[in-house]
Amino acid sequence: MSQETLIELHDLTKTYGVGDASFQALRGIDLTIHRGEFVAVMGPSGSGKSTLMNLLGCLDTPTSGSYQFEGIEVEKLDTDQRSLLRRHALGFIFQGFNLLARTSALENVELPLLYRGYSRKQRHEMARNALASVGLPDKERNTPAELSGGQQQRVAIARAIVTNPDTLFADEPTGNLDSKTTTEVMELLCRLNEERGITVLMVTHEDEVAAYAKRTVSVRDGLIEFDRINQSRPLKGQH
Amino acid sequence: MLLNAFLIAIREIRRNLTRAFLTVLGVVIGVAAVITMVTLGRGATASVKEQISSLGSNLLVLRPGQGFGPRGPSAGVPLFTESDAEAIDEQVAGIQAVAPVVSTSVSTIYLQEARTGNVTGTTQEYFEIGNWSLKEGRYFDDEEIKTGAAVAVIGETVRKELFGSADPIGSKIRLKNTSVVVIGLLNSKGQTGFGNDQDDTVVMPISTLQRRLVGLVSKQNVNQVMISGKDGYPSAVLVSDITALMQERRHIRKGMSDNFSVFDTRQIADAVSSSTQVMTTLLAAVAGVSLLVGGIGIMNIMLVSVTERTREIGIRLAIGARAREVLLQFLVEAVTLSCVGGLSGITLAYTMCVILSKVISVPFTFDPTINLYAFVFSAGIGIFFGFMPARRAAALDPIDALRHE
Repeated sequence: MSQETLIELHDLTKTYGVGDASFQALRGIDLTIHRGEFVAVMGPSGSGKSTLMNLLGCLDTPTSGSYQFEGIEVEKLDTDQRSLLRRHALGFIFQGFNLLARTSALENVELPLLYRGYSRKQRHEMARNALASVGLPDKERNTPAELSGGQQQRVAIARAIVTNPDTLFADEPTGNLDSKTTTEVMELLCRLNEERGITVLMVTHEDEVAAYAKRTVSVRDGLIEFDRINQSRPLKGQH
Repeated sequence: MLLNAFLIAIREIRRNLTRAFLTVLGVVIGVAAVITMVTLGRGATASVKEQISSLGSNLLVLRPGQGFGPRGPSAGVPLFTESDAEAIDEQVAGIQAVAPVVSTSVSTIYLQEARTGNVTGTTQEYFEIGNWSLKEGRYFDDEEIKTGAAVAVIGETVRKELFGSADPIGSKIRLKNTSVVVIGLLNSKGQTGFGNDQDDTVVMPISTLQRRLVGLVSKQNVNQVMISGKDGYPSAVLVSDITALMQERRHIRKGMSDNFSVFDTRQIADAVSSSTQVMTTLLAAVAGVSLLVGGIGIMNIMLVSVTERTREIGIRLAIGARAREVLLQFLVEAVTLSCVGGLSGITLAYTMCVILSKVISVPFTFDPTINLYAFVFSAGIGIFFGFMPARRAAALDPIDALRHE
């Protein structure tokens, strides 16, 4: 694994609201993440872990501090430039899947490609490959309502990886899943990290899920509580 | 980018066919209702105006008694004389032509066909004043009036009923006991605005009718006098001049009510067409309400789906769409749906106008202005309410749009 720096945070803060009603969700985070890592961000509700994740994923803007992604100073980018950064380098997986309703799995996976200007044929081929790589080659015609939670999350993962992103952000990816499908999804994320070298950043509050990651960053009250390398990761099929 | 936005917009429309259909329906109903109502209303106004102008332009009618309608004079009211007509022609300024009219209803027979209809005895001026024209043959001339020749000009309804497909010109018809030669056929004028058939007419020299059909019992046998004014003479002035003359000739003293009346067809035309215009305005108002209801329907559909659409915008932004790409998509969607709705509405209105104008027999005229107004208004509502929520949502941070409840 290379030690190339991918993400570097310095004294990052995020404050919601103004005046007396303001709430400081992040109170100064310093963090470095290298390419190819699989990091779990942990913490209880209200700890600021989701806020941190949204800032890292360029879905939200920090109040102060600096954030460098591949050497780009993200806090200086405007809305459109952040959109383009997301489009070209990042993939997202959400707790609630966030698939378009009444839309086939294939069209959902194609969605990011539409904004990249691929031809119809290229889109179909890339989306089919992505669906196959998450183990759903036969579900491309099904809409989200016709798929189980685990299958929906795998469609969402296919959508996230169809553009070959450097980094995958997963916000409680197993939060709505039972233990069996949780295992399926986590093994898929591990495989993407190891086989394709995709950097994975995942928010979770479950220790078993965090255990799949190579590194755990724990957040509490807007500050990093601890940051450690995971010694024992569950092996495939042994969980 | 525009092509791409179009592609994405079409996908969205296909994905939400029910929503698209309801939006389109709102526009269709609004556009079709307004166009149909206004077009038919205008058709009705035009048809009433046309019928009235077919009576003759700038036409005044002097009738015995007061009141108006196709009924005869009230008992005891004296009719007019031919010299009344001559006096009007000579003594009132601004008169174009005057025609005394004697009318009676007699049975008319040709071979085996018989009918009872109106027969008019008059002078040639009658044709000019009444806006008549010849389809075949000729009018009677001065000589024939002087001699009381047994000739007649007939209307289209009489020809159809008596002659069928045979040529009427030169044929002899029997009016009561008199044999009369048909010398002319009038062009059809259709029904008047009051429902009587103008083509059900036989016109003869006044002298012939007086001598042979009604008998010259009294000189006062002219049922009405038709008068046309010269261009540029206001009809109100003509009416008051004729009234003054007739009061004098009929010895009406101050304080007595007139035993005759002068009708100004232009005034009647104005009154009737202004009342049909009121109807048109009323119809347009009703249609305007349906346009508004259609608009509220569109608004409703758009606002109901705003939560889902805000999340959709969040998803699109999260996977890397720029705000302006999302906005363009929504704009294309709204414009497409509104235009499809508007054009369908115009097509539907056209069809309904063609059918309804046949059913209620008013002329159909395609009016581009009202089509344009209705289209622009409905499409405007569709575009506004399709686009505004999107504009608000696209201004959010993606994470806020995703969390939208």
